[in-house]
Amino acid sequence: MTAAADACAVSEAAADSDVAISARGLTRRFGDLIAVDALDLQIAPRSIYGFLGPNGCGKTTTVRMLTGLLTPSAGEVRVLGHRLPAEAEILKRNIGYMTQKFSLYEDLTVLENLRFVASVYGLEPHDAKSRIAELLGTYALEPLKHQRAGSMSGGQRQRLSLAAAILHRPALLFLDEPTSAVDPEHRRDFWERLFDLVDAGATILVSTHYMDEAERCHRLAILENGHKRADGSPAELMAAMGAHVLEVEGPYLRQTKTALTALPEILSAAQLGSRLRVLVRDRITEPERWLKELPVARDLTQIASVRPSLEDVFVTCTGQNRPQDQQREANEVAA
Amino acid sequence: MKALRRILAILTKELLQLRRDRVTLAMVIMIPLIQLMLFGYAINTKVRDIPAALVDQSNSALGRVLAQTVEATQVVRFTEHYADIAAAEDAIREGRVRAAFIIPADLAQRVARSGSVRPELATPPATDRELSRPVAQWLVDASDTVIAGAIKGLRGMPLAELMREPVNRTVPTFAVALLFNPSQRTVVNIVPGLVGVILTMTMIMFTSAAIVRERERGNMEMLINTPVRPIELMIGKILPYVGIGLVQAGIILGLGHLVFAVPLYGSLLALACLTLVFIGASLSLGLVLSTIAKSQLQATQMTIFILLPSIMLSGFMFPYEGMPLAAQHIAEILPATHFIRAIRAVLLRDARLEDIQEDTLWLLGFMLIGLLLASLRFNKRLG
Ligand SMILES: Nc1ncnc2c1ncn2[C@@H]1O[C@H](COP(=O)(O)OP(=O)(O)O)[C@@H](O)[C@H]1O
Ligand SMILES: [Mg+2]
Repeated sequence: MTAAADACAVSEAAADSDVAISARGLTRRFGDLIAVDALDLQIAPRSIYGFLGPNGCGKTTTVRMLTGLLTPSAGEVRVLGHRLPAEAEILKRNIGYMTQKFSLYEDLTVLENLRFVASVYGLEPHDAKSRIAELLGTYALEPLKHQRAGSMSGGQRQRLSLAAAILHRPALLFLDEPTSAVDPEHRRDFWERLFDLVDAGATILVSTHYMDEAERCHRLAILENGHKRADGSPAELMAAMGAHVLEVEGPYLRQTKTALTALPEILSAAQLGSRLRVLVRDRITEPERWLKELPVARDLTQIASVRPSLEDVFVTCTGQNRPQDQQREANEVAA
Repeated sequence: MKALRRILAILTKELLQLRRDRVTLAMVIMIPLIQLMLFGYAINTKVRDIPAALVDQSNSALGRVLAQTVEATQVVRFTEHYADIAAAEDAIREGRVRAAFIIPADLAQRVARSGSVRPELATPPATDRELSRPVAQWLVDASDTVIAGAIKGLRGMPLAELMREPVNRTVPTFAVALLFNPSQRTVVNIVPGLVGVILTMTMIMFTSAAIVRERERGNMEMLINTPVRPIELMIGKILPYVGIGLVQAGIILGLGHLVFAVPLYGSLLALACLTLVFIGASLSLGLVLSTIAKSQLQATQMTIFILLPSIMLSGFMFPYEGMPLAAQHIAEILPATHFIRAIRAVLLRDARLEDIQEDTLWLLGFMLIGLLLASLRFNKRLG
């Protein structure tokens, strides 16, 4: 009992301090594979922090280490003031975790699942009852409460998972690719709810491979092959991108693209319908003029400088080591 | 208090899942019901009506009477008749009959000679080859020792009737008083044992899949992220099945009593305590297996690995004392051995709780160690 009380006190203190999660040199190996490589993280409380990266870049592995489910191969982690993995059990009361794959019971109904979660987290019966009623309302689950989880749609399951993850009012919430099974409209709704939670004082760590989702985070880390390639707010990242973004139009875009990509000054060229989005390295000071003077520019009907997007940031910071790969990965991430 | 709430949460969840699983629920009732009927009627160590061939070389009235006398024992039934021994041997090889009865051509003389033996001599002097020649011969497919034994039992059958003489009542060397099962019905011994075998099967089967299933269905990552403690999880997972085990034991013993007139002598308290600790021991053994198995298929294989020796070595099929010492040592590890020994004592011999306390305490210890082991083995980490 005293241990639990202490734990609450500690987590309260941690939530008020200026870091919810801090990690140094966080590393996880699976045999020869380094899934997460020397990750340094500082995550502020009452904010949404994003992990952006393609499949297999180590998002789930990192989240599992931060929740205490997976023991790091190396590195130091403090979550809500608790040292992991030693204090993982105490931490469990104060965190919520929505797994990438649906992990509630498919053969139980919405209500049964929520009641189960309420009891394992030790909520008092009357508290559990009102909390479940509240969540059924907030997450539009009231009409579905007697439906089995296994027979629900992706969006409905996602709302149930989120409701279950926050049922015990955790200070810190981990969401692992929460919207991957959901259509864009539901994604908007979902993010509205996340901001409501942050407003109420929660800290949220969310992993995603959607650019538009990453753009909604207060801060984010771009992960690639277990490495952190960038860390900052979307605006900061765009400002510090190290490349100019141009959009060009012309009749032979496929050929233009091939010719441009071959140039060392061009980081990438990607077709967007009738336009080509071209990333030009920073060392070219006047990119529009520079491009106009290129031989390939003869056919181009229009060249314009545009605002960078997070996708551009992603391309510039993950492409550097493997220029051949950059296009494929960028497409994968954007998909 | 919170621990209790968490145990209750797991227990409720298990019950809900069980209720949704119609097939499993039907099996809970059908397994004991059907197995009881099957074993109750089928398993009988008293062998009757073995199909046999008759080769009557004497072709005489005396031969026919002899054959009838043999059939009258009900041990064999002559389904085939052959003129020569070779044909009978073929029939045995092909499996059409299990034995052949060969009546020699000189049957009359042999009977006469054996008849001339003085009634006061129990057996003819072995030194006298002529007098000690048997009247007829059996060829037996002895690969099944039970059948061979039954026919060997016919060796000394009296032939007085054949010689139209008053039956010469032989005085047995020993008197045998048949306690507890005077009418020698196999089912009396089988039914209590069947409780042990069926509970071993269903209880281990249920829990051996318990942890693996959470893993396979992807619920584990959520479950281990909650504050539930391993021991709470284990207790919550076995409690629903304790009730099921009691229902199954009730079905077998109740029907065994009603249909097969198996006596239920002992005290209800002893029976309840014994059955409870046995159910607990089997369930916790299943949990330990569940923490080892990586898939439900592996869990099933492990269940069978335990189930087979529990049937063969526990005393259910063969008397425990008749087994080689090594087999007895292995059998002692199995909860079924202790349970079957004790429940037979309670039901058939009216043993009281203190008479079976050794086995009961052993099962209790097994259960506690199993629970502890399963909890220690269960890791709230993915790696
Ligand atoms: N339990 C495991 N055993 C071996 N390799 C693993 C395990 N979990 C993850 N990996 C590997 O680690 C890498 C990162 O995986 P993951 O963290 O799941 O990526 P993401 O969630 O970003 O898609 C992948 O190459 C994956 O194959
Ligand atoms: Mg993942």
